[in-house]
Amino acid sequence: MQNTNSRNDFNWEDRRSLEKKAGDDIQDKIIAVILFCCALVSVLTTFGIVFIIFRVTFEFFQEVSFAQFFLDTQWTPLFAEKHFGIWPLLNGTLLTTTIAMLVAIPLGLSAAIYLSEYASPKVAAILRPAVELLAGVPTVVFGYFALLFVTPVLRNFLPLEVFNALSAGLMTGIMVMPTVSSISLDALQSVPRSLREGAYAMGVTKLEVITKVIFPAALSGIAASIILGISRAVGETMIVVIAAGQQPRLSLNPFQTVETMTAYMAQISGGDSPRGSLNYKTLYAVGAVLFLITLTLNIVSHQIASRYKEKS
Amino acid sequence: MATSFYQNDFQESTEEFNPQLEKREKIGKIFEILFLIGLSIGLLVLAILVFDVFKDGLGRLLTPGFLTENPSRFDDKGGIRPAIFGSVLLGLLVMLVAVPIGVGAALYLEEYAPKAWWTDIIEINIANLAGVPSIVYGLLGLGVFYYLLGFGPSLITGALTLSLLSLPIIIVTAREAIRAVPNSLREASYGLGTTKWQTVWNHVLPYAIPGILTGVILSVSRAIGDAASLLVIGAVSFLTFNPGLFQRFMALPIQIYSYISRPEPGFANAAAATIIVLLFVVLVLNGVAIYLRNRFSLLK
Repeated sequence: MQNTNSRNDFNWEDRRSLEKKAGDDIQDKIIAVILFCCALVSVLTTFGIVFIIFRVTFEFFQEVSFAQFFLDTQWTPLFAEKHFGIWPLLNGTLLTTTIAMLVAIPLGLSAAIYLSEYASPKVAAILRPAVELLAGVPTVVFGYFALLFVTPVLRNFLPLEVFNALSAGLMTGIMVMPTVSSISLDALQSVPRSLREGAYAMGVTKLEVITKVIFPAALSGIAASIILGISRAVGETMIVVIAAGQQPRLSLNPFQTVETMTAYMAQISGGDSPRGSLNYKTLYAVGAVLFLITLTLNIVSHQIASRYKEKS
Repeated sequence: MATSFYQNDFQESTEEFNPQLEKREKIGKIFEILFLIGLSIGLLVLAILVFDVFKDGLGRLLTPGFLTENPSRFDDKGGIRPAIFGSVLLGLLVMLVAVPIGVGAALYLEEYAPKAWWTDIIEINIANLAGVPSIVYGLLGLGVFYYLLGFGPSLITGALTLSLLSLPIIIVTAREAIRAVPNSLREASYGLGTTKWQTVWNHVLPYAIPGILTGVILSVSRAIGDAASLLVIGAVSFLTFNPGLFQRFMALPIQIYSYISRPEPGFANAAAATIIVLLFVVLVLNGVAIYLRNRFSLLK
């Protein structure tokens, strides 16, 4: 087999004819198998998650009917009179996530637009890592801040309960902001230069170039970043369990105590509920709903992002 | 007369055209400032947060023995030694478990994997795992390590759960680093008659190490700061000893959570003091990772 033009793709088969130490090939094959097993761990993790969660969820639905889970409007699995309606938990999650995104979308996009279009390279070199540093703050710290700083400050103007959806949502928004900004920034920066120059040649201002040309061109990347941000906010646990409280209710009042899916999971867990008990099973049933929601959001975000990458 | 008709029309429209450039530039300037404010709010919150935490916690942090004593029932006594010890051990174990597997997986996908449908599935799978909430990893840990393998609420359960949580970040960043190694390097090595593994081990890996290190540091820092998954496997406990591998354990974020959940006001200060320790570790790790990445991307 002659391969004269192997500059870019080295043909591995070619060198089999060369002399080499005995055992080299076997060692190479063993290593390939070991590395393959490493890659397999990630697949096994997914299988593990799906298998464990849905097996226990299946057991849960043998005791609690779908109707009780999806049609009831009360969530009181820990009380004497048990109700298993998921809606109050979904309501709490929806409320805190909405508040979070009302914070994260404008802040994240502002940051991305400023860093991509306005900031000089020197300024961007300082500000970009600073925003990324925000992503490194552990969420338990944001929870502390929400409960012991944001809530007391807001209570000066607003009739807030001690635990409330507003403070938790605001801090979750700050937590999500770097996710939105860093992916949007990549999208904005990959808008071709020619498009900008063409727009400037029409004699429009910088803001008009941004809002009418660059932003629409980067829209799919920005949409992907927002959907991923929503997924992060839905799955966030420590902030809501510390600052939003543990009172499942169907209400869109952000000043009240609510309970999110993740907060319920944190409340019930801790190995306190013995395996096989109904409480243990509710943990997995709620976890399954959470997993399906975030998985859907991640796939949608990934899909939008990959379509946009193909285009550019 | 058709021509003059068109001419008139043209003149009218030129008269109407008023660029109002000054006004538009002014609006542009206002928005530039708004964007800058939006960017600054996040940083401002971080600054206020750090200031607030220092104000509440610095006094407590400086009490003698806070870093070296066991926790106490009294809000103004005791320290966080088991939590520090636990977090350090968790960090080390995560590195020990997740780094070899993560880098191995990255090497496989970049250097060995054929282009086939199942390698695509592995890739999509890793991207999705990176977005799974940490509390769901907690459920996995509870199901597999706690009950199935019978480790209970022990340090090893926590470490393995956090390792799985960190794996996707390590794989993704390590792959980027390996992909950035120029092909000429591999060809030169093959040209000397080396085996594939010799090329990978002696040339590709050393070249990719700064990038891999970035991912390792980021993921370990995320693992050290994560509380939700540990909460699920029951890490909240009250220890007066340094934990062993198969014993109950504490970690800094869990210590913070347990301090916050107590009613006495003094515990809030203890939580703030613990946060200073955790923030210091995590932000320094993140800073190093970001610095490394910036340097590395300049080299490319």
